[in-house]
Amino acid sequence: MDLLTILQILDSTLRLATPLLFACLAGLFSERSGIFDIGLEGKMLIAAFFSAAFAYTTGNVWLGMLAGIAGSVALAALHGVASVTFRGNQLISGVAINFLAAGFTVLIAQNWFGQGGRTPAVAGPARFEGLNWPGALEKSEDIRNASPLMQAYSELISGHTILTYVALITVPITWYVLFRTRFGLRLRAVGENPGAVDTAGINVTSLRYIAVGIAGLLCGLAGAYLATGLAAGFGKDMTAGRGFIALAALIFAKWRPWYALFACLLFGFLQSLSLRPDAVNNLVRFEVPGQLLDALPYILTVVILAGFVGKAIPPRAGGEPYVKER
Amino acid sequence: MSDTTTDPGRATAPAPDARAPAIELKGISKAFGPVQANKDIAIRVMPGTIHGIIGENGAGKSTLMSILYGFYKADKGEIFINGHKTEIPDSQAAIRAGIGMVFQHFKLVENFTVLENVVLGAEEGALLRPSLAKARKLLTQLAKEYELNVDPDALIEDIGVGMQQRVEILKALYRQADILILDEPTGVLTPAEADHLFRILDNLKAEGKTIILITHKLREIMDVTDTVSVMRRGEMTATVKTAETSPEELAELMVGRKVLLRVDKKPANPGEVVLEVMNLNVTDDAGVHRLKDVSLTVRAGEILGIAGVAGNGQSELLDVLGGIDHGTGTVELNGEAIDLSGKQSDGKSRRDRGIAHVPEDRQRRGLIMDFSAWENIAFGYHDDAMYQKNVWLMDNAALKAETEAKMGRFDVRPPDPKLSAKNFSGGNQQKIVLAREIERNPDLLLIGQPTRGVDIGAIEFIHQQIVALRDQGKAILLVSVELDEIMSLSDRIAVMFDGRIMGERLPSETDEKKLGLLMAGVTEGTGGV
Repeated sequence: MDLLTILQILDSTLRLATPLLFACLAGLFSERSGIFDIGLEGKMLIAAFFSAAFAYTTGNVWLGMLAGIAGSVALAALHGVASVTFRGNQLISGVAINFLAAGFTVLIAQNWFGQGGRTPAVAGPARFEGLNWPGALEKSEDIRNASPLMQAYSELISGHTILTYVALITVPITWYVLFRTRFGLRLRAVGENPGAVDTAGINVTSLRYIAVGIAGLLCGLAGAYLATGLAAGFGKDMTAGRGFIALAALIFAKWRPWYALFACLLFGFLQSLSLRPDAVNNLVRFEVPGQLLDALPYILTVVILAGFVGKAIPPRAGGEPYVKER
Repeated sequence: MSDTTTDPGRATAPAPDARAPAIELKGISKAFGPVQANKDIAIRVMPGTIHGIIGENGAGKSTLMSILYGFYKADKGEIFINGHKTEIPDSQAAIRAGIGMVFQHFKLVENFTVLENVVLGAEEGALLRPSLAKARKLLTQLAKEYELNVDPDALIEDIGVGMQQRVEILKALYRQADILILDEPTGVLTPAEADHLFRILDNLKAEGKTIILITHKLREIMDVTDTVSVMRRGEMTATVKTAETSPEELAELMVGRKVLLRVDKKPANPGEVVLEVMNLNVTDDAGVHRLKDVSLTVRAGEILGIAGVAGNGQSELLDVLGGIDHGTGTVELNGEAIDLSGKQSDGKSRRDRGIAHVPEDRQRRGLIMDFSAWENIAFGYHDDAMYQKNVWLMDNAALKAETEAKMGRFDVRPPDPKLSAKNFSGGNQQKIVLAREIERNPDLLLIGQPTRGVDIGAIEFIHQQIVALRDQGKAILLVSVELDEIMSLSDRIAVMFDGRIMGERLPSETDEKKLGLLMAGVTEGTGGV
């Protein structure tokens, strides 16, 4: 395998890890506050639909993104009302959101566009284009003949959409917010012992709503990237389990931001392998069934969720509605 | 800590009356559905005093304090802090009014450091570093002032309960609390730790702080408070100067009738050895050595009390003997060995051998809370021939009748066999368990924390039942963290620390101080810690 192939695989690793990273950090904020969120999938899906639909209608990818975020935050608010205000079961609320999003998106897409539950393809200003960094080569021919350093710069560093860079920057920001700010201290505390937060005179409810809201925002970005960055338009169930993969990555990362980055990159890498069966077959020197490559990230998800990768301790108050006690 | 003089409702503003009470409650009422938890409560707590509030479980002490700390809103009534009428809609308002609360179950974040816990909710600004640095300085200062030494960088889960309690007090002081409420503060402490706590409280009082101490232990009230208020069934029945009252009078005020505080029992008349434990070892699933070479004997007609701070192996000892857990070593009942491997024995085979077990955690192991009293009274013995109507069916009608009779004998209130276990008070739940275990006429009774969460009136009854069983010539192994209970019930006392028996004492030849040292792992000769 030559350097360029490796760089190409790493390049698509980054692209495919972007939505996972957004969703994973969304889950991190929510679950650190004590609200389990298996509705990442549904929130991403609805954001993907709204961003594609509005980007197509208005011809502006940014308006599409805002619409996607709005849709995702609306579902997050629903989750908040169910699990914070009404102290419902957070898993059931999450499942409901996933089903709601799966049905709602296709139904409305059919009603609006009549294309079998998809949106029309978005292009040009209705889609996120790659950003070419100064001096980066764009033609594949030029890249092939460039020096290794230039290859890496042009292929791997440059040429991603703005959202990929935003996702990467969100990791240190999340870390800083969580561990260096007052808000972060309170957020972590409310996921561990809401009673301590309440008696310290802090409003548990609003803190958790804020966390769920941030999760909605980040899932919105994930969905917008899926529909108007990675793909060109919305298709039925286009998230394809990415919300659950992000959840697995979150557990794998033990609810820490930097670990989350590496976990998402790992899943992105596995997904990118299925795009390059030629390189894989070349490496292992026999024909690997394409279906196996496709299934790899999901297999790893099951392995992680089944707890085969060491003990991950979730936030202690996770999943439990807070009730004031005597 | 902003400028305190600008803060309304604080002591620094000139009070209308120079000797205005630190806290005055007028006509506080609070109902939960049909239950009137607080009824027209009036109380005055003078500044710079330690004011005790005493009452049985469910008397409304905690509800009253929760209202004062902004957890609940009173249906009626007024709160005055330092003479100013104050609204306390939430905990934030209580903190602003200078009230700090140390809850019975600590409100600490386990995987945070001491410093982070102190700062939480009282941060200086949006960034953490400056707040933490400031708190660190203040903590050193407070530690010097009040003997409140705690390592600021230790994780809460790594320090003992005594330390954790200090963190709670530090939290309140960091928020500049002038009024400190402590809810059952000594329940988890060794006698030495409790003494240290009371020294701290005295220091705080000397600095002019006002302290409200909620407890059910009469001795503590007598030792440390200046004034004491008694609550019964949601009402404040009396407020008296501690110096002018006696434990007997307080107990009577609490219960509403005369109560025997000392257990009335004749000297023991020990017979044959019933239980012989030799070199019992238990290692838990995590590989921690919980019991280390434990050896003890219990004779017929005597009570062996196991004293110790919770978590030093007492629970494991009861579990192994009761057949719930397994271990290695030798245990003989009436001279015959008992299988400890867990392979040929379990709780049922123990019961068949004549070992009855009243578990420490009656709500999780002694009862099924959603099941009715008559079902609970058969549990463990439900296969017994006397409960069967025929091969297929249980004789529920007879069982209910029998339950009713047992409830009468054990004074369970209300005596309704169809009521779920969860609807009985703690004391009545314990009486149901006792009725089940004692009435099977066991050779050996294992009994853990017999009066935890039980009212004074019921404690008296339960103690009488235990002594009566002893006088019938049964062997009793008693585990309790209440030293008073151990001292007054036991014929011999064994002290456990870190999975070992530290020594055996006769109640007549020891006192709480000496036992307290043993409970802390100090044997005579090795000196103090």
